Amino acid sequence: MQDPKTAVNDASIPMYQEQNKKETKRRISWLQPQKAISKKLYLSLSISSFILILLVWSGITYTHLVDPLFLPTPTDIINSAVTLFTELGFATDILATISRVFVGFLLALIIGLPLGVLIGTFKVVEAFFEPVISFVRYMPVSAFIPLFILWIGVEEPEKLAVIFVGSFFSLVLMIAVEVGNVRKELLEAAYTLGSTNFGIIKSVILPAAMPGIMEITRLVLGWAWTYIIVAELIAAPSGIGHVIIESQRMIRTSNIIFGIIVIGILGLICDVVLKIVTRKLFSWNYGR
Amino acid sequence: MKPKVTIQNIQKVYKGKTDVLAVDTINFDIMENEFITILGPSGCGKSTLLRMVGGLEEQTSGHIYLGDQELVGPSSNRGMVFQAYSLFPWLTIEKNIQFGLKNKGMKEADRKDISDSYIELVGLKGFEKHYPNQLSGGMKQRVAIARALANDPEILLLDEPFGALDSQTRLIMQELLLNIWEKKKKTILFITHDVEEAIFLGSRVLVMTSRPGKIKEDMPIELPHPRTYHVKSDPTFIKIKDHLTELIREESLKAIELEVQK
Ligand SMILES: Nc1ncnc2c1ncn2[C@@H]1O[C@H](COP(=O)(O)OP(=O)(O)O)[C@@H](O)[C@H]1O
Ligand SMILES: [Mg+2]
Repeated sequence: MQDPKTAVNDASIPMYQEQNKKETKRRISWLQPQKAISKKLYLSLSISSFILILLVWSGITYTHLVDPLFLPTPTDIINSAVTLFTELGFATDILATISRVFVGFLLALIIGLPLGVLIGTFKVVEAFFEPVISFVRYMPVSAFIPLFILWIGVEEPEKLAVIFVGSFFSLVLMIAVEVGNVRKELLEAAYTLGSTNFGIIKSVILPAAMPGIMEITRLVLGWAWTYIIVAELIAAPSGIGHVIIESQRMIRTSNIIFGIIVIGILGLICDVVLKIVTRKLFSWNYGR
Repeated sequence: MKPKVTIQNIQKVYKGKTDVLAVDTINFDIMENEFITILGPSGCGKSTLLRMVGGLEEQTSGHIYLGDQELVGPSSNRGMVFQAYSLFPWLTIEKNIQFGLKNKGMKEADRKDISDSYIELVGLKGFEKHYPNQLSGGMKQRVAIARALANDPEILLLDEPFGALDSQTRLIMQELLLNIWEKKKKTILFITHDVEEAIFLGSRVLVMTSRPGKIKEDMPIELPHPRTYHVKSDPTFIKIKDHLTELIREESLKAIELEVQK
């Protein structure tokens, strides 16, 4: 039984064959939502976005379309980078910034991790700490800087305090949530296998929450990079933030931009390293 | 003979905005080496009952004894297998199975011997170093059973352990469990809403009413052991199945009516 209408659409008729082929092709294209694309395409697209920025930047600076005071050329930036490193000891500033971030953040993590785990595990601890910490968490760190300077001066401890306060409260709360979300079945299984109330923290809760805790660490460490710059902008003898604020005073726009780029790169390196370490250490959490 | 486990006047009320009477005055004994299946419509309080025996839920009234000792809270003398996968995803299969032994403070070499023998028993040789997320649903439940057994509990409690599996895998798992019970002579309490599964596995089936769950019928299953899936086409099996299907149907209809009235 052949309906005349469908007979016309029959793909065996040469005239229609080509049209049908085209249609199939469109359906498997990269416009399909969430459809995976090849690694090569992904990488080249990512790289081209950077190239595009560089092209537009070069286009408007080398042609003097904008005043170099506002936006210097890429060559200017490279020149500043060389001067900063060779003549102005920028490496020491970078090291100063890095060590502040790490020391401040590590202190926050050393105290925040056990506290977060306890809050996520025991309701009594949660009831005591959680409301206060939630409250403090929403106070902006930058607003505390004048107080810190008043209380502990403008030396290193003040910088560490900014990082600590900026990271600690978020770390504790996010770790507590992560720990509280450990599946109840796992705890129950452990009890029926003879685990004790305290033993279970080490044998089940910590290992189950560890990948999530690493993710949280990565995220909060990213924020810590922004706090340190704010801290260094205000009163610091060294550091990337200090270089940026000095450059502003001397109207060295290219130094400022290079400083910002360096912060971005440092943050990105931290992020990528932590991501790789997490995937290596907790491969059981990431599929086959 | 003295019963292994005595369940005496057990009642459970879940307190809340409106209190829910989940399990109502249940009494029964479990003898050594018995394989009891509890059959009931969904929501009738089966899991609640099992969890009380396992010590994971506290009864509102009544007592549960293991031998002469009253049971309070969970412990390694009652092994549990849950419906949801409850393996520790950060541990390999063999470390999962050794979890309870490690809690007992057993030496590494002895633990390894025991986990090897149970891995063999559940047919997972070669998967010792795999992680749970590398296994299929059926294999995960094999590990869960091995993990519970490796601890050598007095009684094994299983809460619809094959509920999430496809029907072929399910049949294979039923035979596997039955085979283990025939070999190791364990005492087992097994919960299901599947009539066939209850009869095939059980040496005794306890049928529960719809909520609040009570024991409606206590039926010994006299089919000979060892059983294979062929027993499912045995006339005696079919007769029991018809009878129990009718009972469960009545209870399910009651449960639906209760829902509708709300
Ligand atoms: N933690 C709980 N709090 C309140 N009600 C519950 C809880 N657990 C189960 N119930 C209720 O108790 C009844 C029996 O549940 P359950 O034992 O899980 O049934 P089954 O396992 O037979 O499906 C259900 O009506 C369920 O909603
Ligand atoms: Mg249930």
